[in-house]
Amino acid sequence: MTGKARGRWLVVAIPYLWLLALFLIPFLIVFKISLSQDAIAQPPYTPVFDLAAGWEAFKQSLGELSIDNYGYVLSWDNEFIEAYGSSLWIAGISTVLLLLVGYPIAYAMARAPKSIRPTLLMLVILPFWTSFLIRVYAWIGILSPEGLLNQLLIALGILSPDAPLQILATDTAVYIGIVYSYLPFMILPLYSALEKMDETLLEAAADLGCPPLSAFWKITWPLSLPGVFAGCLLCFIPAVGEFVIPDLLGGSDTLMIGKVLWTEFSVNRSWTVSSAVAVLLLLVLVVPIVFYQNVQQRELEGR
Amino acid sequence: MSAGVAEKTQKTIGGIRRKFAPWNDPSAVPLIRFQNVTKRFGDFIAIENLSLDIYEREFFALLGPSGCGKTTLMRMLAGFEEPNEGRITLAGEDLVGTPPYRRPVNMMFQSYALFPHMSVWDNIAFGLRQDGMEKGAVAARVEEMLKLVKLGQFAKRKPHQLSGGQRQRVALARSLAKRPKVLLLDEPLGALDKKLREETQFELMDLQMELGMTFLIVTHDQEEAMTVADRIAVMNHGKLVQVDQPAVIYEHPNSRYVADFVGDVNILDATVVSVEPGLVTVRPVAAPDRLFRIAQECPAKAGDSVAIALRPEKLRVELDPPADTSVNCLSGEIWDIGYLGDLSIYHVELPGGSRVKAAKPNLTRMVERPISWEDKVYVSFSPDAGVVLTS
Repeated sequence: MTGKARGRWLVVAIPYLWLLALFLIPFLIVFKISLSQDAIAQPPYTPVFDLAAGWEAFKQSLGELSIDNYGYVLSWDNEFIEAYGSSLWIAGISTVLLLLVGYPIAYAMARAPKSIRPTLLMLVILPFWTSFLIRVYAWIGILSPEGLLNQLLIALGILSPDAPLQILATDTAVYIGIVYSYLPFMILPLYSALEKMDETLLEAAADLGCPPLSAFWKITWPLSLPGVFAGCLLCFIPAVGEFVIPDLLGGSDTLMIGKVLWTEFSVNRSWTVSSAVAVLLLLVLVVPIVFYQNVQQRELEGR
Repeated sequence: MSAGVAEKTQKTIGGIRRKFAPWNDPSAVPLIRFQNVTKRFGDFIAIENLSLDIYEREFFALLGPSGCGKTTLMRMLAGFEEPNEGRITLAGEDLVGTPPYRRPVNMMFQSYALFPHMSVWDNIAFGLRQDGMEKGAVAARVEEMLKLVKLGQFAKRKPHQLSGGQRQRVALARSLAKRPKVLLLDEPLGALDKKLREETQFELMDLQMELGMTFLIVTHDQEEAMTVADRIAVMNHGKLVQVDQPAVIYEHPNSRYVADFVGDVNILDATVVSVEPGLVTVRPVAAPDRLFRIAQECPAKAGDSVAIALRPEKLRVELDPPADTSVNCLSGEIWDIGYLGDLSIYHVELPGGSRVKAAKPNLTRMVERPISWEDKVYVSFSPDAGVVLTS
């Protein structure tokens, strides 16, 4: 192998090694734990592979693995399936809300004078400079019965002081939290798709007899679809597994799989069941991820 | 000027165009009228109090450097810009205030502006569907257009799968599909290479005759304007400088600006010596020992400073002084020679230091006494070759 070929091989190998060490191996460990049984031990499951114990012991340990935890998680008697469904539902609704809020913002940004676009872009990214956790905490201060929102509405005389809005600890608060936190992830891909669009296309449409609103649906919207898909998936995928927002803003009846996973792991101390929940969550999300990659691929080929 | 001066166009369409000159007919009603139109962008005046009439079936060119307002003028006709003052009428109807999607004109964009997510077929059908034309009629018209631009087998392709020339044809078909009263062409051939551009210019002319439509083309390429247009409007700083047939613009420019912008030209400063009906005598500043007689009616008086425009191809370069002493003549030395194959370009330095450019066709392969560097030569031209410019 020449030096040049070795160099090329190294450049290609580094990202794969990275993925192997930080994604595939941890995933295999989680997957193995999901096939184990809970035990009062350190670590709290059996079997534990001990390579020093020899080949026979390893084969015996392998025989002790089972898919019982998956049966437990997928049984209708437990609330896991409901939690998966509820998570998908909440993430889905949030994604639609994000699109409804994000599209007009991205559109306005893309049509703003060129000189102020970098500033607008900066403003969209600005919230990232504060910790995510602190920003979600701040919403408690806004949404609580004695919070800023209620104080304002009462001061304006819209609400009576003895009947404040009960938003905190409801699904509504979770939607607000998700829409607020994920908005940049929706706006940025939409903006990049809309900004690329050649405005003379709209002039051409008008020239051919197409009024502006109709031109939006026939030209702008279809050409922004790659951005719509990218934005929706960038929001939907992490929103399904969201833990912090439902935990801080949601009520006790807000059922989301991230919360369930956390309870299973740190309250019930069941590493094995929480691992099974995590592996199944990954499977649920693989579908949209593969879809997303397909869309990206198509967009690349369209060039 | 008499009809029949548009030599270049005769070749393809002959007699019909030879007789076509509605602008000389006082009873003809213009199709498009710009009346005292002014357009400002902030402090910048793009179009200043401009009036222009364009007639039905005319192929009209707006010619000028970038920033002269020609595109703005066209965009006002399409409806993308509204004038600040003045009226624009099309077939007697006031267009000001009508949005672009209700105007009976279509435009072919410089960038083509093809819809990238639609096939060639859908691009061409877009305007027809917009009008609510029924399916069968849309299909028939699209097929007709595809045939017209010879793109039948590409109907299902997307724009990015086509070559530049093919995209140009799709854009043309799309803008023609609705049979607009006026087709606007914004630098339509700018993105094509030279050979394809020249071919397409003749195709455009044939197409315009065949369809009997009015074409308005915006271009900065004077050759293109001369080739395709019945009349050319030369623009500068938001104003019309000269509006006339290509041959008139070329042979009788009304100003230094037009003479300089259209074609190659030598401009010599001169002083008027005497003015008679049909003849002006001037003394060139660069060669005060000579007098030029130029056959032309001229508003200048004796003593006025004027400019003489001399086209290089109208100058003769010879090693011997001209036998006919009545022709205008300058003497000088060859400074530079450019051999182009069909022509040779000679740069002749006059005694005063200024230079004139003369083009000489290479009529034979061998010349007995070729003109060479530093040769003393005589540059002569007949009285009807030059033009006296007073502005």
